[in-house]
Amino acid sequence: MVEPTPLAIDIRNVSLWYGDFQALFEVDLQVKRGSITALIGPSGCGKSTLLRAVNRINERLGDYVRTTGEIQVLDQSILGDDIELAQLRRHVGMVFQRPNPLPLSVRDNVLFAHRIHRANEKFNKDEEDEIVENALRRVLLWDEVKDRLGRVATGLSLEEQQKLCIARLLPVKPTVILMDEPTSALDPKATAALEELIWELHGDYTILIVTHNMAQAKRVSEETAFMLLGRMVEHGVTEQFFLAPQKQETADYIEGRYG
Amino acid sequence: MNHSDAGQAMEPLMFSATNLNAHNRRLQWLFRVLFGLMTLILVIPVGVILTVLVVRGGPAISMEFLFSHPSDGMTAGGIFPALIGTMWLVAVALIASVPVGVAAAVYLSEYAPDNWLTRGINLAIINLAGVPSIVHALFGLGAFVIFAGFGTSILAASLTLAVMTLPVVIVATRESLQAVPLAFREACWNMGATRWQTIRTVVLPNAISGILTGVILEVSRTAGETAPIMFTGAAFFFPFLPLSVFDQTMAMSMHLFVISTAVPGVPDELKYGTALTLITLVLFMNAISITFRSYLRGKKKW
Repeated sequence: MVEPTPLAIDIRNVSLWYGDFQALFEVDLQVKRGSITALIGPSGCGKSTLLRAVNRINERLGDYVRTTGEIQVLDQSILGDDIELAQLRRHVGMVFQRPNPLPLSVRDNVLFAHRIHRANEKFNKDEEDEIVENALRRVLLWDEVKDRLGRVATGLSLEEQQKLCIARLLPVKPTVILMDEPTSALDPKATAALEELIWELHGDYTILIVTHNMAQAKRVSEETAFMLLGRMVEHGVTEQFFLAPQKQETADYIEGRYG
Repeated sequence: MNHSDAGQAMEPLMFSATNLNAHNRRLQWLFRVLFGLMTLILVIPVGVILTVLVVRGGPAISMEFLFSHPSDGMTAGGIFPALIGTMWLVAVALIASVPVGVAAAVYLSEYAPDNWLTRGINLAIINLAGVPSIVHALFGLGAFVIFAGFGTSILAASLTLAVMTLPVVIVATRESLQAVPLAFREACWNMGATRWQTIRTVVLPNAISGILTGVILEVSRTAGETAPIMFTGAAFFFPFLPLSVFDQTMAMSMHLFVISTAVPGVPDELKYGTALTLITLVLFMNAISITFRSYLRGKKKW
């Protein structure tokens, strides 16, 4: 057996253009397998763009988006033309700012990705029940929704919806989970619950989380990376990063002089 | 002195109306009444048409009127062949246009890139909707009756109607597809679903109420049109029920036109009765559409 690779995401020298507008400038970022890395920076600094480059969802905008450089997930390049995006997105899941469960039942939401990735095989109800229960237990949602599996998921509370959005990624066994400000639509109590869950999930999954909230980055991440105007300014272990930032821009941002 | 007087007078009146306020209020009242009257003018014709039809055509409506053939050179009898003919025309037109229209709308909404070709297609659809129906009639005569060799038949007439009403289906479908939030599509794409998987499992099921509304609107439009079927399939007088799509047929709208303008000595009651039946049919379809739409909307949650 090959040793598990230490890096889950390896971004090197990545530049990205939306048409004529360059959103990322020679960005480097290494994310260790099983770790939680927070991406912080003021609005428009390119952190969401970088996140979306990792599962190439930026490209649905068409030829208009151009990426150069190299991105590897588990030592495999993902930028080639021969990459099957469906497989990439199965291994690299994404959680959005606003919870976006599908307007289907809770059960069908959890099984959605599972079903589209094995469409030709026969479904087995017991197996599916087990998958649903495991996924929902993993996100600490099972006890709350086990009697409502047939209800439409858009009727759940926002916290439950966001947990469900994480749960539906799990049945296809992703390696990386990208989170784009996953708590910004939630109230403080739900935010705390979600942060607890994120902490609970790391180790099994590599998590890259974009956040506006520096306190959240401190609470929930092991490493923090700071971006400004499309460039990676600084990246380090979270405690060090906030205690003793190396760059002046980082220090200014952390102290709230801008952003 | 004037100055200080004004100053003292202003103080206690800080929150009361000035002349400008009063002027603005009068102006606002004037426009409100003006726009209200315009709305009223809009509704009057509908009320008058319905009242006249019910009062003058109502007595003609009976089971016998609905279910018997015209007789005595169309000056007596009922409208049964025309009623059945209209149903044939509508049904065949729907079969021809709904699959094409819905598929085209799905393409335009979900697949088409935003380029000159797509914009051209959208422009063509808008223009198709603007073509006068008599031009459609001549097109249908040339394309379906003569070139395709269908002769004057239900098929030729229905295809003409289908071409004419395609924009209705396309626009209604496209709008209801675009009303499905982008977030659902993003969720699917991010789990590795293809566009088609996304459309089939999430987009179409949530757009179905809007699509059906479009279809029913098309039905009411198709049922009422006269010009497109005049040269292509509707007969002046054809006292048999059509047996296949290659037969000619009578139709409600055409029948109304004929007995009102071409046949002398038709009692008014008969004309009004025919008109009332036609409009009832159309309003009934619209009512179904509205009920259905609000029912499905009530079930949606997001």
